[in-house]
This record gives sequence, structure tokens and C-alpha cells, in this order.
Amino acid sequence: MDNWILIFGMLAITFATRYSLFAFPDLRFPQAVRQALHYVPTAVLTAIVVPAMLLPDGRNWALSWDNAYLLAGLATIAIAVVTRHLLATIGGGLLIFFGLRWALGQLPI
Amino acid sequence: MSRYQEFFQGLRDMLPMLLGAMPFGIIYGSLAGAAGLDAWQTIGMSVLVFAGSAQFIAVSLLTGGATLAVLWLTTLVVNLRHALYSATLQPFVRHLPKRWRMPLAFWLTDEAFAVVQQRYARSDDSPNKHWYFLGAGLAMYGNWIGCTLIGLLFGQAVPNLAAWGLDFAMIATFVGIVVPMLRNRPQIAAALVAAVTALIFHDLPYKLGLMAAAFAGIVVGVALERYQRPLQEELC
Repeated sequence: MDNWILIFGMLAITFATRYSLFAFPDLRFPQAVRQALHYVPTAVLTAIVVPAMLLPDGRNWALSWDNAYLLAGLATIAIAVVTRHLLATIGGGLLIFFGLRWALGQLPI
Repeated sequence: MSRYQEFFQGLRDMLPMLLGAMPFGIIYGSLAGAAGLDAWQTIGMSVLVFAGSAQFIAVSLLTGGATLAVLWLTTLVVNLRHALYSATLQPFVRHLPKRWRMPLAFWLTDEAFAVVQQRYARSDDSPNKHWYFLGAGLAMYGNWIGCTLIGLLFGQAVPNLAAWGLDFAMIATFVGIVVPMLRNRPQIAAALVAAVTALIFHDLPYKLGLMAAAFAGIVVGVALERYQRPLQEELC
């Protein structure tokens, strides 16, 4: 039962953040705010990705040659720069990542 | 474009993102049981909450025995970035009635946001861009629920599913979104500053480092854009 309370609470909180500004259609942002919003995707997503590459477990730095997250992450960035193609980036990045994990003996097989 | 063309274009443009999200849905579906969620609750969370990172963190916190208050607070902080997405898209959906704005907000994930804001940025004045948003949102939603189901039904068949490192799919997806956006110096500076700030504050609790990094990146991007304005959009 508790779990359903948890789920409905999470629903309310998540929806509130997503609907927060859609709820006020008459609100018009000043120029400075509109300008700032251009940087939202870049700043948020980079702030998620870079730590995930350098600290894959969320705690410890992994600046080493057997960190597949870092190596494959850099390779994925290179693919994105060259191809600018989303599917090639995601598919190619995953292939390289699992290839590396396999070569480094990091897969549980 | 007509409504249906917009809708299916939204679905189609979302396909690469679905590949990146699949591993997450599957892992979530396979791990939720260990956190004490029954099958209906596992699916229910995907259907009702529909927030990958929040669901993941909730499951791992539940496994560690966290209280409701901590779980909800964490959900709020992890999802705060969606308020920024909501603000970014608001100028484009403000003309729509509530019966559109509410469901579109519900489907506003990282991936849908990335794809949809590119659609709105295109200069054609199609009156049906919200159908594109709807198509993108529904594609992600169906995929997420389907993958949760797959993880729930078959996750136990693959030993150590969590040890495969499927979370790399998120890195690949976000790299694919961000890199094409780095077209000028302010964007590049925003990315670099956000990255460094996130690394410095990575051990702050509740992902507060993420918000700090986002704001630092945004401030630097805007500052540089203003400083650079006389030089126009200089490409590097």
C-alpha cells in the first residue's frame, strides 16, 4: 500500500515540475530569461554526461585506460562531431562501449 | 504539414532516442521487484510517473530502506530540470488549450524535450507542431512501458543484468543530443562550465550538483553571448 502512496506522490511531483510553466500561458518571459533558456539543454545534459563518464559509479574517479565509460564516451563524442547523426551516435557509441567492455573482460559472461 | 504528418514525423524522429532508453526501461523493470514493488506497482510507476532517472533512484533508495519524505524530495530535485524544459517550451504551447498542455507536460521527458525543441526551432510556421510533440511523447511513453514489461517478465532470465553497464545508453543519447547544439562559443563555454561544475560538486546529496552545474553553465553562456554580441554569431 505504501508503495502506491510513493508512486502517486512521485506522479504529483514529477507532473508539477513538467507542468510548472505550461500552467501559466499568459506569462511572458523577459528577454534575459528567454536568452538563458537557450542554454538549458546544453548545460543540463552535459552536467549529467561528463560525471557519468569520469565517475561511473557516482563516487570514485576512474581516470584510467580500463574505464570503458570514458573511452567509449570520448569515441561517441567523436562520432557525433563527425556524423551529427543521432542514430549513428547512439548505435555506434553502444557498439564501441560493449566491444570495449568485452575486450577488457568486464562483461558478466 | 498536416496533423498526421506532424504526428508521425514526431514518432519517427524519436526512434533513435528509443534505442537509448530501452536498456533503462528493461533494467528498471528487472530491479523494481528487489526493491519491494510488486508487478502492478512496477508497471504502475512507469505508467504514472514516467521519469526514468527518478524511477531508478527511487528503486535504489527503496532497496536501501529510505523514507517516503526522502524519496519524494529526491524525486523533486532530480526532476527540477523539467521545470527548465517547461519554461523553454512554454512560449510555443501557451496558445494551446489546457487539454493539450496537460498531457504534453506529462510526456515532457529529456528526450522528448530535445527532439521537440528542435522542431519548434525550425522556422516554418506549421500550426500543427503540437501534434509533433504528441507523437514524440507517445513514442517515448509506449517504449518506456513496453521495456518495463520486458524487464519485469524476462529480466530475471539474464543474470547480473545490472552489471552489463547498460546505463551507457544514456551517455550515448545525451552526447548525440548535445554535440550538434555546440555551434558557437557561448554554447561550448556553457557546456564546459557545466561539466567542470558538475565534477566539482558531484558529491553533493540529492543531485544538487546537477542544478548548480546547470545554472553555472547557463550564466556563463548568457554572459558570453552578451559580450560577443558586437561580433555577431561567430562560428568556431
